Amino acid sequence: MTEIQKAEEALKNTEDPGTIAEILEANPELKDLGTGYEYGWSDPDTAGATAKRGLDEAVVEDISSKKSEPEWMLKLRKKGLKYFERKPLPTWGADLSEIDFDNIKYFVRSTEKQAQTWEDLPEDIRNTYEKLGIPEAERERLVAGVAAQYESEVVYHQIREDLEAQGVIFMDTDTALKEHPEFFEEYFGSVIPVGDNKFAALNTAVWSGGSFVYVPKGVHVEIPLQAYFRINTENMGQFERTLIIADEDSYVHYIEGCTAPIYNTDSLHSAVVEIVVKKNARVRYTTIQNWSNNVYNLVTKRAVVDAGGTMEWIDGNIGSKVTMKYPAVYLTGEHAKGETLSVAFAGEGQHQDTGSKMVHMAPNTSSSIVSKSVARSGGRASYRGLVQVNPEAKNSANSVVCDALLVDTISKTDTYPYIDIREDDVTLGHEATVSKVSEDQLFYLMARGLAEDEAMAMIVRGFIEPIARELPMEYALELNRLIELQMEGSVG
Amino acid sequence: MSTLEIKDLHVSIETEQGSKEILKGVSLTINSGEIHAIMGPNGSGKSTLAATIAGHPRYEVTSGSITLDGEDVLEMEVDERAQAGLFLAMQYPVEVPGVTMTNFLRTAKTALDGEAPKIRTWTKEVKDAMEKLRIDADFANRNVNEGFSGGEKKRVEILQLELFKPKFAVLDETDSGLDIDALRVVSEGVNRAHQENNMGTLLITHYTRILNYIKPDYVHVFVDGKVAEQGGPELADELEANGYDRFLAQVSA
Repeated sequence: MTEIQKAEEALKNTEDPGTIAEILEANPELKDLGTGYEYGWSDPDTAGATAKRGLDEAVVEDISSKKSEPEWMLKLRKKGLKYFERKPLPTWGADLSEIDFDNIKYFVRSTEKQAQTWEDLPEDIRNTYEKLGIPEAERERLVAGVAAQYESEVVYHQIREDLEAQGVIFMDTDTALKEHPEFFEEYFGSVIPVGDNKFAALNTAVWSGGSFVYVPKGVHVEIPLQAYFRINTENMGQFERTLIIADEDSYVHYIEGCTAPIYNTDSLHSAVVEIVVKKNARVRYTTIQNWSNNVYNLVTKRAVVDAGGTMEWIDGNIGSKVTMKYPAVYLTGEHAKGETLSVAFAGEGQHQDTGSKMVHMAPNTSSSIVSKSVARSGGRASYRGLVQVNPEAKNSANSVVCDALLVDTISKTDTYPYIDIREDDVTLGHEATVSKVSEDQLFYLMARGLAEDEAMAMIVRGFIEPIARELPMEYALELNRLIELQMEGSVG
Repeated sequence: MSTLEIKDLHVSIETEQGSKEILKGVSLTINSGEIHAIMGPNGSGKSTLAATIAGHPRYEVTSGSITLDGEDVLEMEVDERAQAGLFLAMQYPVEVPGVTMTNFLRTAKTALDGEAPKIRTWTKEVKDAMEKLRIDADFANRNVNEGFSGGEKKRVEILQLELFKPKFAVLDETDSGLDIDALRVVSEGVNRAHQENNMGTLLITHYTRILNYIKPDYVHVFVDGKVAEQGGPELADELEANGYDRFLAQVSA
């Protein structure tokens, strides 16, 4: 049944159709009609309905005491709050003036206790994750560990026994702070300091949930660890905090996905992700961000990489109203490598302001940024990147490739490449292209039997293929499916 | 048996100087199994006819009709024309970055037939067809037309012609840019499609040399947006000997 048939069906089944509002109330699934967003449902929401709105010191103290945190963390939170209050909104990048910080719920506890099996979760929450396919991926052993965050806290968590036996730690950040305080005293806030930027400060003040990962020396986690972030309540602020430490010669791939219901007013997601890559270790961090179009997604992600280590960011931004996110790599040891593959998709009402930051702080370091963006239906996709080479970082090399694809004439793309080089002995490359889906390309594919939107989707899929092929198979398929959903109805 | 019928076709394009009429009343009837060659000098409207049959949006039909077994082709979208059995081998095939030939061929075949081809037989069919057209096996994993030479692009057009099995094919200067060996290989492909599927063919060309390999039943001389003369294969021989001067003189007179 098509969506329109469903709507007609629903109208027929209502004796007195009544007003549009009444129809929508009776058939909430119709709200998402034609938006192409499949994850827009919401669960009944007792915890969210009673949650406090707005932010002050009492909110920060309340979060910290609920988590029975050590004193130093509360102090750091309060420092974060001060920085957040003091720092102005960024004047560059996307328009953030409409965020109503007083209307946001900063902490929502949806279950009392973290579950060890999916059956232990409240039914609504379990059903949501079933619909998202997370338990299935775990059952099929496509992932080596799962963390599921719902509102402010991780509600389910599991790691494969063999990894645990090898000393791999994968748990929610709140629990990790209690069980492994030594890591937190050393690394928390070391990669992204409390006052780094307004939203990192906000996260430090009210952080809750997120993942902590430690991979011991020489251990290779061959199958990805997966985290899934779900916002349920309206005007939610989700502030997860992730810390990953890859010890010498280790390898781990961490994947995160995120969705939220569609609401008329905005939610805020402001995460901080800190990654420590030690000598000759390698970390790959993959994000498929598919927030609904009422979420401000303002995230700070950064890795420090020691000698011979490699950090790879694979960053897919499909959803959200506004995203500002520039995963960074600080190359602090010789022969360290940084890589960002970024794909952004900006549809109607969306602004994706994304890119990457590479800072060369040691000789013989190398980095590359490949950014692909697609804009349609009036959306705006911006690439913003910084390449910095410090003095003495001799023989460093960087290349930046950013390609933008415009699907129609009302959408917008722009590029802000910043380069700051303090060393002569460097190799740099920069390429940027903007292309439009040409009449001839569409004609060629349609002349081979493809409908216009199928042809468009094929062109777009091909455009982002260099990034899709870096994803595990099931994520590549998911990305393709999301693009097809986005492209439906994109052509007149 | 099928019939593609073009009646008194007038076609214009938008230029900076306004609307310009390119086809000025073209009539042609092609039946299954027939090969019609359309010959004519540059700018006579041959490629416009090809693009109009396939439905390129740049060309506006101002009057006349195109029907396929009585169905109004001009009412159909580009993809519907392809699904109805019309195929255009393009003069300038377009690159589609990031889409492999394998993916493209299977997607197109599925769209054309309304169902996915059976994987095992299809894979073999594609492999055999590529071998016959002397297309290297690694082309299957390359992106559609990306970095292909002119000759490779043309072979890949004919590959599609053989795999998609249309009722009618329009070959828009498929011979241009081909060396002698490639010309022969491509011509053999067209002849196979013609024999195996009883395909009707509209062969557009400047040169007579392709007619040494593909024998037309009819030859139409195209000048200034109209068919200036029609005849059998012997008309091509006359053009080979005397060129288009006789027809061009008529126009300027």
